[in-house]
Amino acid sequence: MIPSTFDFAPIWLTLRLATITTLLLLLIGTPLARWLSRTQSWLKRPVGAAVALPLVLPPTVLGFYLLVMLGPQGPGGHLTQALGLGLLPFTFAGLVFGSTLYSLPFVVQPIQNAFEALGERPLEAAATLRAGPWDRFFSVAVPLARPGFVTAIVLGFAHTVGEFGVVLMIGGNIPGATRVLSVAIYDHVEAMEYAQAHWLAGGMLAFSFLVLLALYGPSKRMQESKS
Amino acid sequence: MTNLKSQTSAVLLGLFAATAFADEVQVAVAANFAKPVERIAAEFNKDTGHKASISLGATGKLYAQIRNGAPFGILLAADDATPQKMGKEGLSVPDSQFTYAIGKLVLWSAKPGIVDSQGEVLKKGAFQHFALANPKLAPYGLAGEEVMKKIGVFNAIQPKLVLGENITQTYQFVATGNAELGFVALSQVIKDGKITEGSAWIVPQNLYNPIRQDAVLLAKGKGNAAAELFLKYLKSDKAAAIIRSYGYELP
Repeated sequence: MIPSTFDFAPIWLTLRLATITTLLLLLIGTPLARWLSRTQSWLKRPVGAAVALPLVLPPTVLGFYLLVMLGPQGPGGHLTQALGLGLLPFTFAGLVFGSTLYSLPFVVQPIQNAFEALGERPLEAAATLRAGPWDRFFSVAVPLARPGFVTAIVLGFAHTVGEFGVVLMIGGNIPGATRVLSVAIYDHVEAMEYAQAHWLAGGMLAFSFLVLLALYGPSKRMQESKS
Repeated sequence: MTNLKSQTSAVLLGLFAATAFADEVQVAVAANFAKPVERIAAEFNKDTGHKASISLGATGKLYAQIRNGAPFGILLAADDATPQKMGKEGLSVPDSQFTYAIGKLVLWSAKPGIVDSQGEVLKKGAFQHFALANPKLAPYGLAGEEVMKKIGVFNAIQPKLVLGENITQTYQFVATGNAELGFVALSQVIKDGKITEGSAWIVPQNLYNPIRQDAVLLAKGKGNAAAELFLKYLKSDKAAAIIRSYGYELP
């Protein structure tokens, strides 16, 4: 039985956060991945390393810096205030910003790998058929890199759902704005409301397993059909 | 090779000797008591040769960890209800429980001039974010909620609340300026009897129930010389002076 006081708000909030973050990441990550896959610039290595940082850093590092940089005394805080956006910590927009940074490598790297595996030849072939650069990109590169995009979307979405440290540190646990699933679970556990914690935590476990199952399932079939 | 071997065994022997002569106790401590306990533990280690190591957290979290087998010998809680409950559940030695400090609540801002000496700022409500430790988890949060309800400003402030997971995180929200003000523990913003920075209102005791912070010997600490000695040490004049210097009262 689901407890009568069960609160669904964190679930919707989390899904909204993950959806918006994933869309944003596709918009930012696709050109970035394309650039990383082709460039000969010396900037490739430092940019690639910066993108991968969230894989290595504990979320507390990112959360701490976001809190300080985006606060009223930080440079980020000055900027958002000057732009009339106010301050980002304790807002949904702040969580979107933090999650976008935190999930960046999970979206950029699969797309970059797909582009790199593709190489330049299909695009050169398209160019001889007088396809313009945009046309080449959207009707050749993107469809051929589709498995990379699927992986990126699934990982970006799932990783945002599973995020905890950053949202705890810059969120402030506000119902409907920043109290996402992982924070709600943590709260229930600390308050010893184990029944509610079990419902949310169990649901999350099942969700994550299904997501990964979906991710591993089709790619295997695709490999089989290729061979 | 033999050299390396003998070196290794010498190191191992040294480690063994250290554990044989001095006992170690892991002390679980409520976050608000972080600063004083750090000093008390340092003095304790120096004076007795035993070792007390400190783990900080919200009282509720520490309770959950202890219930699930955490290796703590002592709990310094932020309330008296949690140690009582543990006594009933057989997790602690009931007659070892005593009040080691009475906590003080303070309304604090990292900026000077925000909080006035009467706390009128609460009624004016000229702020965007107000930091409070989650009342469900932290006794200082509960006390803060009590104060706001007594003054009659809780409903007005509630939409502006940002909740810290414990009192340390609440302090962090205010110290970074992300929340203009909030209720924190006096011990976090006081040193040698003075507020170290910003502006503060030490909330009068009649606005909230006393935050009696109790210590208790846990089942795992029973028979551990260091644990039993640490509890005694906590009652000493030396410890009392340290505790008072952080703005706590003693029973």
